[in-house]
Amino acid sequence: MSDEQTLDLLEAKIKELRELNKIDGIDLSAEIARLEEKLIALRKELYSHLSEWERVKLARHPDRPYALDYIRMIFEDFYELHGDRLSGDDPAIVAGLARLDGTTVAVIGEQKGRSMEENKLRNFGMPRPQGYRKARRIMRLAERFSFPVITLIDTPGAYPGLAAEENNVGEAIAVNLETMAQLRTPIISTVIGEGGSGGAIAIASPTLFSSAARPG
Amino acid sequence: MAIFKDKKYFRVDLTRKPDESLWMRCKSCGELVFKRRVRENNNICPNCGAYFFLTARERLESLIDDGTFVDISKPIVADDPLGFSDTKPYPKRVEEAQEKTGLPSAIILGSATVTEIPVVIGVMEFQFIGGSMGSVMGEQICHGMEEAIRRRVPFVLVSSSGGARVQEGIFSLMQMAKVATVRTRLAEEGIPFISIMTYPTTGGVLASIASLGDVIIAEKGATIGFAGRRVIRDTIAEELPENFQTDAFALAHGAIDRVVPREELKNELGRLLSLFVEAG
Repeated sequence: MSDEQTLDLLEAKIKELRELNKIDGIDLSAEIARLEEKLIALRKELYSHLSEWERVKLARHPDRPYALDYIRMIFEDFYELHGDRLSGDDPAIVAGLARLDGTTVAVIGEQKGRSMEENKLRNFGMPRPQGYRKARRIMRLAERFSFPVITLIDTPGAYPGLAAEENNVGEAIAVNLETMAQLRTPIISTVIGEGGSGGAIAIASPTLFSSAARPG
Repeated sequence: MAIFKDKKYFRVDLTRKPDESLWMRCKSCGELVFKRRVRENNNICPNCGAYFFLTARERLESLIDDGTFVDISKPIVADDPLGFSDTKPYPKRVEEAQEKTGLPSAIILGSATVTEIPVVIGVMEFQFIGGSMGSVMGEQICHGMEEAIRRRVPFVLVSSSGGARVQEGIFSLMQMAKVATVRTRLAEEGIPFISIMTYPTTGGVLASIASLGDVIIAEKGATIGFAGRRVIRDTIAEELPENFQTDAFALAHGAIDRVVPREELKNELGRLLSLFVEAG
């Protein structure tokens, strides 16, 4: 049994006891408290001794919230914008304007899919040059109107493909770095899952602590 | 050599009554439909949902808050700098277009509010020589952008145009550079510019002001492209894809931000504007 399954089992047991507690009027609260304590301790133990690979697996866990989940939960009035104005629109990067506590901000996030269908659309969160160029366009738009930029990073890396090379993905990433270094509006970047390689750094604020992203 | 003249100018009158006949036939589904119902339905067929053509006036009314429009256009109409004549002399063509549309030129320009947000708005009239951009339209667009800067309100432009006006030759081409130049001042001043592309947004209008929006929205069913389908097909002698130069084509190729159904256009524009306006 994996450690994760042990955790699930404990959680289920606690839930069961809670239900019983309600129905029968038997006082199980001491037992519940004991199990909850155990659960917390076990979880702490488990997550403080993860191997590198386990960390990666956790970062890629399909139950983690993705960029659009965070956008839905954090922002209001998200208005998605599409396209790089040059050759395409990349669904692996979502971008748009939204409100955060009443202030308009630009949001840019790398988006994975949950189902096979979604992942076909989102390309498993691996952006193409069109996605980086869309991100750049939205950064410049934000700068023009002094909107802060918030980026959500979650990618195994830029998409390695023929078309990506033909469309000079190297340039797309490089110019994004240049753009973010110059941008006259704040950029706040958060790694919400994994931040792999140039694919992550291409939308990461220059002040983001670089250990969050690893070279691929 | 004059490129404008100031006679025969008249203001846009939104109270002008539309055609009084009661019924029309939908070209898409063939059904006879009650004209008033079509009008009340944003010129969308109540039977099959097909979009009928909107005049610039109707388009304007469908986007702005009732009774808020004030014409702010310059009192100019087209002159004939080249002495141009094809099947008929250019001045005659302009005169006929003025009679047909009741407009002095191929664009309406004014101030208004959209969901209570003040804007300067320009709307092109396709029925006025294909909504083509000559000296007058170029000048009105620039004037609109300058007014938007002066009033510190967003600029909204609804395109419906075949492109630059061939009858004014180089003077039309110059308008492309002129509107693009003034557009950069909007950017410097931090004034939002929303470009709305409708059927059709092509040629020199697409290759200048329409493509320069901070945000570009296309109405569902818009044709968006630079060179005409026939020109391309005859040049490269290849069949073009079915969706060539459609709204979906433009979206897939990164040219526009969104495709919006006609009935949602006003609300969507309001939502978008509010993100820009309330930020300051």
